[in-house]
Amino acid sequence: MELATFLIQLLNSVQYGLLLFLISSGLTLVFGIMGIINVAHGSFYMIGAYLAWSLTQTLGNFWAALALAVPIAVIIGLVLEWLVVRFLYTRDLLYQVLLTYGLILMFEELRSILWGDDVRGVNIPAALDASIRLTDTLSYPVYRLAISGVCLVVAGLMYWLIQKTRVGMTIRAGSVNREMVQSLGIDVKLIYRLVFALGVTLAALAGMIAAPVSSVFPGMGNQILIVCFVVVVIGGMGSVKGALVASLLIGLVDTFGKVLHVQIGGVHLLPELASMSVYLLMAAILLWRPEGLFGKHTG
Amino acid sequence: MTEPVAPSLAQPPLIEAAGIHTHYGASHVLHGIDFSIRAGETVALMGRNGMGKSTLIRSMLGLVRPSAGRVMVKGHDMTRAAPHLIARAGVAYVPEGRGIFPNLTVRENLIMAARAGASGQRDWTFDRVMASFPRLAERLSHGGGQLSGGEQQMLTIGRALMTNPDLLILDEATEGLAPLISREIWRIVGTIRQSGIATVLVDKNFAALSTIADRVQILVKGQTVFAASAAQLRAQPEVREAYLGV
Ligand SMILES: Nc1ncnc2c1ncn2[C@@H]1O[C@H](COP(=O)(O)OP(=O)(O)OP(=O)(O)O)[C@@H](O)[C@H]1O
Ligand SMILES: [Mg+2]
Repeated sequence: MELATFLIQLLNSVQYGLLLFLISSGLTLVFGIMGIINVAHGSFYMIGAYLAWSLTQTLGNFWAALALAVPIAVIIGLVLEWLVVRFLYTRDLLYQVLLTYGLILMFEELRSILWGDDVRGVNIPAALDASIRLTDTLSYPVYRLAISGVCLVVAGLMYWLIQKTRVGMTIRAGSVNREMVQSLGIDVKLIYRLVFALGVTLAALAGMIAAPVSSVFPGMGNQILIVCFVVVVIGGMGSVKGALVASLLIGLVDTFGKVLHVQIGGVHLLPELASMSVYLLMAAILLWRPEGLFGKHTG
Repeated sequence: MTEPVAPSLAQPPLIEAAGIHTHYGASHVLHGIDFSIRAGETVALMGRNGMGKSTLIRSMLGLVRPSAGRVMVKGHDMTRAAPHLIARAGVAYVPEGRGIFPNLTVRENLIMAARAGASGQRDWTFDRVMASFPRLAERLSHGGGQLSGGEQQMLTIGRALMTNPDLLILDEATEGLAPLISREIWRIVGTIRQSGIATVLVDKNFAALSTIADRVQILVKGQTVFAASAAQLRAQPEVREAYLGV
């Protein structure tokens, strides 16, 4: 593989990995802190993408669409927690999966009513619609770099929020002893609501910024949800740091798996292996560390 | 509502519980208990294992729902109020078995709890807690889980003080600690008491409490069997023998 091609693939895998992190960090946070398995998490990614598409249509400007879509996502998160999710904290896994699965169906139906079933596309905003030349024939789109940049900034903010702020300390404390946090005068229910809304917003933001490089289509949430669960399981359920490492790993394995498939595909060497590579990685890691890379040891 | 309250009236108790009944599922644990404590007082809540001391406290703090009875905090009915609201009214709690956050550092355990008290007082600051617990000051960046039992207890007490409470409830503060450390904890409790914070002390050990408590209330099987001054309990060895076994 040529150096420039390798570099492009590397950048692609990092961008994909960081985007996965944006989505899966919310999934793992909500699990780690509230103990909720939310299978509707992928829907927020889809909602974000459709919001970006429809608002760009209406407002005629991607940035204006983003500026409006983010607060909408926050509100969706807050309302959903209040309306539905808070009743799940004391329920077991079966209820959580059933109810959040029901949410997927509702969101898909709503999406169909509001935005139709067609595949949509969002144009790359003009300011970032450029490429960086790597060689005479190869170049790399600036917008993809911008995606990685946004994800890195968000990851940095998340780190700061969770590790350095009092809200973050409360969040971490609440994941081990909810009752004690309350007894110190802190409204744990409010913290839960904010964490859930944060997760929704991050997933939706991922959908918004990914919209210009990947098409906007029905079911896109479910596709990404499966990968996100792989991330969360590999990284260790509840670990944000684990989600970051696992996302980057999956980005690498997925991207390079496809490239190698193209190269070796000529000689028919198990082309299916490429699409399975992510799951093979998960199986290998779980054999080595059943609790995931940064998961808590149990027993 | 509109009736003005005469300012000359004595302040209501910090906590006043009346007729508390509490169940765990089908088992009836508290059978109509009254309990109260006023500003600056130290009340010992005593009784053998399983008599309902912790349950009474948890019922007053909103951590367990009493099935009947009333809990007034500073004159406000907070019977089924959320625990964080009761805490914000000025009540701090050091639970049985401590309750530090092992995944937070010592410093984080303390600063996450910091706030002004119910009447805006900020007597207890991070620095003052450090001065009172020099052992913690040496271990600020340690994880809470790395501390010894005694240090964990100091951290829990220090953390409770960071909320600037008017009332501190300590459930078995010295349980499982070596005598030397226990004495250190009692000394600290003494200084907290002197600083004007009312304290409820739950313990089985009368010797430690008799000099520090103003009043003693003894529970047997979810009922109050004795409630009087510590001096009166000192003068009645047969009561101690019967209800505490000491
Ligand atoms: N969560 C619970 N579920 C069911 N029963 C409980 C629960 N907690 C306590 N009990 C029971 O309620 C009774 C009172 O318990 P409680 O913990 O209040 O007693 P205690 O006086 O604090 O005892 P100890 O000195 O052992 O701490 C006991 O019989 C105990 O077994
Ligand atoms: Mg107890």
